[in-house]
Parts: sequence; C-alpha cells; structure tokens
Amino acid sequence: MKQTLFDKIWDAHVVRSIPGGLDVFYIDRHLIHEVTSPQAFDEIEARNLPLFRKDKIVATADHNVPTKNQHLPIQEPLSRLQVDKLTENCNKYGVELFGLGHQNQGIVHVIGPELGITQPGMTIVCGDSHTSTHGAFGAIAFGIGTSQVAQVMASQCLLLSKPKKMRITIDGPLHKGVSAKDLILYVISKLGTGGATGYFVEYAGSAIRSLSMEGRMTVCNMSIEMGARGGMIAPDETTFDYVKGREHAPKGEQWEQALAYWKTLYTEEGATFDKEYFFDASDITPMITFGTNPGMGIPISSSIPVNVPTGEAASFDKSLQYMGFAPGESLIGKEINYVFIGSCTNSRIEDLRIVADFVKGRQKASHVEAIIVPGSKHVEQQAIAEGLDKLLAEAGFELREPGCSACLAMNEDKIPAGAYCVSTSNRNFEGRQGPGSRTLLASPLVAAITAVEGKIVDITQYLN
Amino acid sequence: MEKFEIIQSGAVPLPIENIDTDQIIPARFLKSTSREGFGENLFRDWRYDNSGNPKADFALNNPRYSGQILVAGKNFGCGSSREHAAWAIYDAGFRVVISSYFADIFRGNALNNGLLPLQVSDQMLQRLFEQIEKDPQTELVVNLPEQEFYVPAWDERVTFDIDLYKKECLINGYDDIDFLVSQKEAIEAYESTRPWAY
Repeated sequence: MKQTLFDKIWDAHVVRSIPGGLDVFYIDRHLIHEVTSPQAFDEIEARNLPLFRKDKIVATADHNVPTKNQHLPIQEPLSRLQVDKLTENCNKYGVELFGLGHQNQGIVHVIGPELGITQPGMTIVCGDSHTSTHGAFGAIAFGIGTSQVAQVMASQCLLLSKPKKMRITIDGPLHKGVSAKDLILYVISKLGTGGATGYFVEYAGSAIRSLSMEGRMTVCNMSIEMGARGGMIAPDETTFDYVKGREHAPKGEQWEQALAYWKTLYTEEGATFDKEYFFDASDITPMITFGTNPGMGIPISSSIPVNVPTGEAASFDKSLQYMGFAPGESLIGKEINYVFIGSCTNSRIEDLRIVADFVKGRQKASHVEAIIVPGSKHVEQQAIAEGLDKLLAEAGFELREPGCSACLAMNEDKIPAGAYCVSTSNRNFEGRQGPGSRTLLASPLVAAITAVEGKIVDITQYLN
Repeated sequence: MEKFEIIQSGAVPLPIENIDTDQIIPARFLKSTSREGFGENLFRDWRYDNSGNPKADFALNNPRYSGQILVAGKNFGCGSSREHAAWAIYDAGFRVVISSYFADIFRGNALNNGLLPLQVSDQMLQRLFEQIEKDPQTELVVNLPEQEFYVPAWDERVTFDIDLYKKECLINGYDDIDFLVSQKEAIEAYESTRPWAY
C-alpha cells in the first residue's frame, strides 16, 4: 500500500503494538521547559525511576522569564521558583539545560530548529501544544501533558493510538504581502478551531513548498489551533539547507546517511488520507482575527460575519461582546494601543527582518506601545549583528530579551484589561495576554503597519 | 490515580463552545510546581470578578447547580496542553466531563488523571442542557464498566465509547508509566535496530 509521510515516520517508531490498537511509540527528542516539567520530575522521583535516556532530553526556560534585565534575578517569586526548580532538576538528573543567561536560551520551539536538534524523520514531544512547530522539518512533533512527560522520561515512549490523517494542499503563488501567518490564519478560519481534531495534518502544494523554513514553522505551529494533533511538511532542499551545519545536525558520513533517509520521506503518489482539503493561494489576503478563538479570522479589509451556524450564535455573541465588536462591523480604523511581535509563531530572524524593513525611516504612532521579543538569544544576536536593533529603536519599537513574553501573560509582559493588542502570537483566547486583554492575531507585517498607523488599516496601500 | 467508580450525581452546565484551557485555568495560575490546589482557580476569570468576588451568573457559583459532572459545549479543552486544566477540574470535585467532543490533548490528560471525558452526540448534549435547565436537580448515573449513563428523569440508558485500555486503567486506577516501564526489553531491542543518528 502507498504510504504517506506520516505513515512512514509513525511506523518507523512503533516499538510494538498491543491488543486494542495502541502502539508503544518511540520518541527521539524530548524538549522540556519550566512550567510542565516539575510535576513529571516529582513523579519519576516518587517512583524511584531513572531517566531512561537523559541524552534525548533538552531543557530551556522560556514561559516565565522576564524579557528585561535577564541578568538580574527574576523578581516574581513564583516564576523564579519554577525556573530554579528546572535548573535543580536538570542538574540532579544530568539533563542539558539552556537556562536564563545561556547563549542557546530561547523559546523551546525556536531553539530546537536553530540548534539542529530538530531533524526530518524524528519524533519530538514537549509539554507544550505548539510542539507541532517542529513538523515543518518533516518530523512527527506534538504536545503532551505532564503525565506523558513523565512517561517519556521513564521509558522514552508513549502509549498512543495512531491519529487519522488529513492533507491540506495549497497551490499557487501567494500575493505580495501575504505571509505564512496569513496562510495559516486563512486555513484555520475555513476549518474552524476544532476542524482538525483527531487528525494529524500534512501541508502540501506549491504555496507550502515556496515557504522558507521560518514560514513553514509558522504554519505547522498553528496546527493545534484547528485542533490537529500536529502538522508536518515533507522535507526538501529548503529543509536540508537549513539543517546542514547546525550545531546538533549530523556531520560527515552521518550527514550523508541521514540525507539519504530523509529523501525517502514524502507522501507517495496514490497514498490516501482520511480527509483532504484544497485551497488556492491566490484567494488568500492579509488576515486578522476579530474574536476569541483563532478560527475567528477574516481578511483584514472585510467585515465581521453576520450569519453564524445555528447553535453557535450564543458563543459567537459572547465572543464579540468580549472583544467589543459588532457583527457586520469592519475592523479598519479601529484604534490599537499595543503591538506585540514575538512568540513561537513569529519571533524568528525572518520575522524581525520583515518588521525592521518596514519600520525603517518610519515612527510608531505615539499612543502605541510596540514590543518585539526575539525567540532566542541567537535571534537576538543576529538582529543586533544586522543592525535591526537600531532600526527598531529609531522607530520607537522596544526590542526585548528572549522568552514567551506577552503571548500568554505568565511573565511580567501583559496587555491591560480592555486594551486591544495586534499580536503575532497564536491565541486570541479571552484573557490570554492578561485578564481582560483583547487580542487580534496577525502577521508581523500587519503588526508593524498597525504600530506605525496606530490603528488597523487596509495594508494594500503599502504593498507597492 | 484514584479508581473510577460509578458516579451518581447532579450536573453543572456550561453551554459554551470551544472552552479553551486558558479559560479552565489561566496561565498566571500555572506557577505551582505541585499538582494540588488548582481547583480554586478553575475558570478563574469567568468565576470571579477583578476583586475576587464570585460572579453570580456563572454556573459554578449558582446554587441551583451542583455535582461531580460538568456538561460543556463542543470542543471542550482546546488550546494549550497544560495538564493543569484536568487537575483543576478534578481538584474542584468533578469526575466526569460530558461534551460532544474534546480536544485531543485534553482528553488524554483527563484520562491520565481519573477524570472521564464522556463524549455524546450533539443532539444528546442539547437534550442534557435542556433537561438541566428545566430541572437543575437532574441526576445522572455514569457507569463506566457498562459504558453507559442513565438519566432517571428520562428512564433512559445512553451508551458511550471509550478506548478499552483506558477504560481498564480508569477502573483499576492504573496509569501508563507502569506499563511502559515494563516494556524496557522491547524498547531496548527497538533502539538496537536503529543504525544511525537521532
């Protein structure tokens, strides 16, 4: 039978199948951070178990870290405790840690790829739903709960049933100014926030192939926002070029062996999926969200829908009420006070370049607070090396130090109640960026333009 | 993990769709390094106002509703992988969540913590909401071994699906770690078949 990319990698990681349809499924890399690991370490300790393969675990501190003055002790006591606990656990169990102050520190889904830890054909898990990001390399990568973190620590395996398979094909050239973020917001708006629940998604088609690795990571990152277990893209020359030479990438003869295997990782002609969607890239325009889940997105120049499916009206109304918007209303002209550029979705060097390139010689609007948070120390260093920090500073943007920042309001970076924030992050849930905060998800370019204009505009005027 | 036994209880309705884990437990309350105590912040921003006073119109604060069964709109538990969401629901005294479907990670987290995610059809979910609205004292009897729940008010038994392995785990209070650790030999044998890298 013809195999999909997903089948090939899944089948290669089944240790054994047990009656009832579950697989003992082997995990190649386990990424951990300070929020979802402490209870797992406690579990291991309580059962007096060793880490089964500590060399396959990499840790970093990202969710709780401040994005200012990282050289000073963390002020917030509970955040400090959690970060200290991670350090203590990693030291005790001999796990490699890229903690605060380390040159490799950053958001877990940014550092894995940039260090070459993430590779095609791998299985990768982390106690974080955006682990789907790593699927951009042709890996099976997905988020897990803390009990599963402990399971992987104890056995390097999980007990799983194989998800259903979905393929989303997007063909054709993308319009100027339309980025990977617009593409995925468009897809999520079509499928809905639960539209891919129970499925593992493969993204295919010429529009996907044309994306850089950064763009592919943005797409796969948001797979979870339509409920998918994960998302993946078959590796190609773009992938191999990105991985080659990175710190943890295979070298010499191992590289050749790896490459030969990676080239076999694609969906065969005639392989079947449980569900397929096809989209035309030319239908996609710059997107923005208006509601409180990522499926509630529209082209920036169109209006909030009036008709919603029967049975969903109450939730829709609740959402609009929270956002302070009305059905049928256009977002154009809405005043915005906060712009956040960062998160595991859009904090890579390419994202920072897009913003810096646009704001060069421009100024943010005086009433806007614009913060830009690099995904890692390496991204930060690269931005400084390219002089992006100066361009951003001149435009009134504040370049911070790496971390999850205002994506989830666990650290000091929060959006005040009632305020609107155009954000390049991944979730516009109620209170996600701070109690009462109102989030509008968009691409880095839309965010940069919004900061300069101080309001939402139809960005097409800037595209020529 | 505590054993799951037959639950006979009233139900608390949350007829809202796509309830995400940030609503179940906001990120700012995830800073504990233990598993306990998350229940007090369950649905924090829906349940309490900015001053910490209970909001009277929220179901968990409404004395009409009580019980160990939460009935919620479709796509319950979407968003973050935080297991704290399942811990918070369990810690607040719930043992069953009924919805017409669950986000995958939440479903797994619930099952790993003795909390039963019970999936029903859209129509059944609607009937349950209507029944609880009509009579807030409505009781349900959830019988996991028989894979059915009984609604005395209707004198009707409704069957539900669950993975057989997870069912056994819930009934017996087992979790996956014990099983996976017992697979050490098979896992090592598998590792020896992988010639390069990773």
